[in-house]
Amino acid sequence: MKLKGAQILMKVLQEEGVDTIFGYPGGAVIDIYDEFSKTDITHILVRHEQGAVHAADGYARAKGTVGVCLVTSGPGATNTVTGIASAYMDSIPIVVFTGQVPTSLIGNDAFQEVDIVGITRPCTKHNYLVKRTEDLGRIVKEAFHLARSGRPGPVLVDIPKDVSNGVIEYEEPTLKLNSYQPVYEPDIKSLEKLVALIKEAKKPLVLGGGGIILSNAAKEFTEFINKTQIPVTTSLMGLGAFPAPDPLWLGMIGMHGTYRANMTTGECDLMITVGARFDDRVTGKTDQFARQAKIVQIDIDPTSIQKNIPVTLPIVGDCKKTLAHLNNLLDKEDLGDLKAKRAKWFEQIDTWKEKARLSYEQKEDVIKPQYVIEKLYELTKGEAIITTEVGQNQMWAAQYYHLKQPNHFITSGGLGVMGFGLPAAIGAKAACPDQMVVDIAGDGSIQMNIQELATAIQFCLPVKIVLLNNQYLGMVRQWQELFYEKRYACTAMEYAPDFVKLAEAYGAVGLRATKPEEVESVLSEGLSNPGTVIMEFVVSREEGVYPMVPAGAAITEMLLV
Amino acid sequence: MTEEKYILSILVDNEPAVLSRITGLFSGRGYNIDSLSVAQTHDPLVSRVTMLTRGTEPILDQIKKQLNKLINVREVIDLTGMEYVQRELALIKVTAEPERRAEILRIVDIFRCQVVDVGPAHYTLAVMADEGKLTALMKLLKPMGIKEVARTGSVALSRETCPG
Repeated sequence: MKLKGAQILMKVLQEEGVDTIFGYPGGAVIDIYDEFSKTDITHILVRHEQGAVHAADGYARAKGTVGVCLVTSGPGATNTVTGIASAYMDSIPIVVFTGQVPTSLIGNDAFQEVDIVGITRPCTKHNYLVKRTEDLGRIVKEAFHLARSGRPGPVLVDIPKDVSNGVIEYEEPTLKLNSYQPVYEPDIKSLEKLVALIKEAKKPLVLGGGGIILSNAAKEFTEFINKTQIPVTTSLMGLGAFPAPDPLWLGMIGMHGTYRANMTTGECDLMITVGARFDDRVTGKTDQFARQAKIVQIDIDPTSIQKNIPVTLPIVGDCKKTLAHLNNLLDKEDLGDLKAKRAKWFEQIDTWKEKARLSYEQKEDVIKPQYVIEKLYELTKGEAIITTEVGQNQMWAAQYYHLKQPNHFITSGGLGVMGFGLPAAIGAKAACPDQMVVDIAGDGSIQMNIQELATAIQFCLPVKIVLLNNQYLGMVRQWQELFYEKRYACTAMEYAPDFVKLAEAYGAVGLRATKPEEVESVLSEGLSNPGTVIMEFVVSREEGVYPMVPAGAAITEMLLV
Repeated sequence: MTEEKYILSILVDNEPAVLSRITGLFSGRGYNIDSLSVAQTHDPLVSRVTMLTRGTEPILDQIKKQLNKLINVREVIDLTGMEYVQRELALIKVTAEPERRAEILRIVDIFRCQVVDVGPAHYTLAVMADEGKLTALMKLLKPMGIKEVARTGSVALSRETCPG
């Protein structure tokens, strides 16, 4: 069968189950775009290529599948880099197709030529420059396999124009990944050791991470916690892996984690870590981290183990499979009356809880951002898919939106990309059209990809934006307040567009609350409106995120107010 | 923790840009490369990279794991502490004043070098040696005046264990 490169791409995409692509056309990819109309793949035209990658990321996380985007060469390709780096840090499976100048022009500084494979080498799981149309089918198949298997991540495929418009005799491709064999099955002997450690431990703690959500293991994780009655915390990326209303839930760990989660970490004698990589925002000062504990680390990526924190018992394996084996082993054990056994430990944890709960004071005059998130949580019953921007908005969302289920908290955790939330929300809405998707944003971040409002409107992907407007780059301002003697260098954003009018200009709905008593009615109106809505809340300008661990301190050294 | 020297033998797919993936990994993560040599093996699909690196033990552990994580890396063999043979080829252009020529030739003899180029005021020596021997040779030649040096970087293979 004679096929053109672009047709081969469409064929393999469909074989891989792709139904949605986020993209932006250009000269180098016209042949590919020309084939879209002949398929039933939906193409969502973003307004900036960065938005395409974040949308693919949001899509992948909400649906638990591979997100796909397609952009042109040169600037189209370089605009994807931030999104790719974010997906890489958070291990999100996406495949990014970039156009490239014809192979005959590569290296000539041709119009819209850039070495995107070179640029993205350190921030992709793998990347390819396709040099012959004959290789295209195989490479695309490999890209999807690599993106979704093992520790997932972004894969970039750079397709020169003569490869996409070249015609060849198509043969069914076979993968050529010689040595790529991720380890899914854990070593059972190690799991037996872990069971013994669990039986011995007097003050155990479980730390979950994004790996649980990526391997679709929230069910097994919750089962494991219930069996062992071990208190549980997670990293930012792990939120939703365990239902927050459960009494065993301690809240998030880390720089803006709860006091009790951090104190529990400091005191525990056994820490079982599942799919978390000990980011510095989690550990604080590493030599003080969980100092008294034997640390067990379960991760599919061997490089995550022993990287930042020395580990007593390393277990390489897929979270889902490992937890399933572990649960089976535990079923055969007599663990005794765990509640009684752990009574003292829980008592201790309760005193930490009493000492410093997450709190704020909502006075009459001005809206507190935390209050907005709490009301949002109540009104959506904790069931909305939440995306966030980066900074204070992100941390308040993590603290006050108590997640009940996985794949419902979509945030740029590792790279911390401002401008992530809106396009990610659009991607999540495309993946889950029947769900409420809310982007929790700040006035700084939202302006970094505000243009994607047009995408939401054009493709009927109604998302809700809860905009906490404090006219500051709030998180940096908070650091300046605490550590730079209130010298607010360049963090005041005192000029911004009128967000209500801006929403209307895009064809969305704009609402604004300036007083506490307006918060609930604006949220209710905005959430019940079928369209895309910006709900702007003019909030207390200098509210800080607390508790807080100063950078470089031990996580038990928290500033409480 | 003290820094140690390590020697790694890395089998990779013989494809464009594989070397840049490896060197990029080292520069991006702040690891050291002391020497590097790479060429195709008897299998045209496979190249062997021999690398001398330095670091603490946890760093070496990360280096090996990070290398293994690269899709084009087939196998990482840590030769450190194993029985292995190691060679490096060096070309050394040394100033050879008439009164020093005899002395240089004695050193050439002792170190089993070859004189591969001769000029009115220089010798170019070729020597195949391991790192220790090469360092000793350079030390002896330094007083004569070394003009230029080109080294290949080490290559190494593990020794076969004798049956029985």
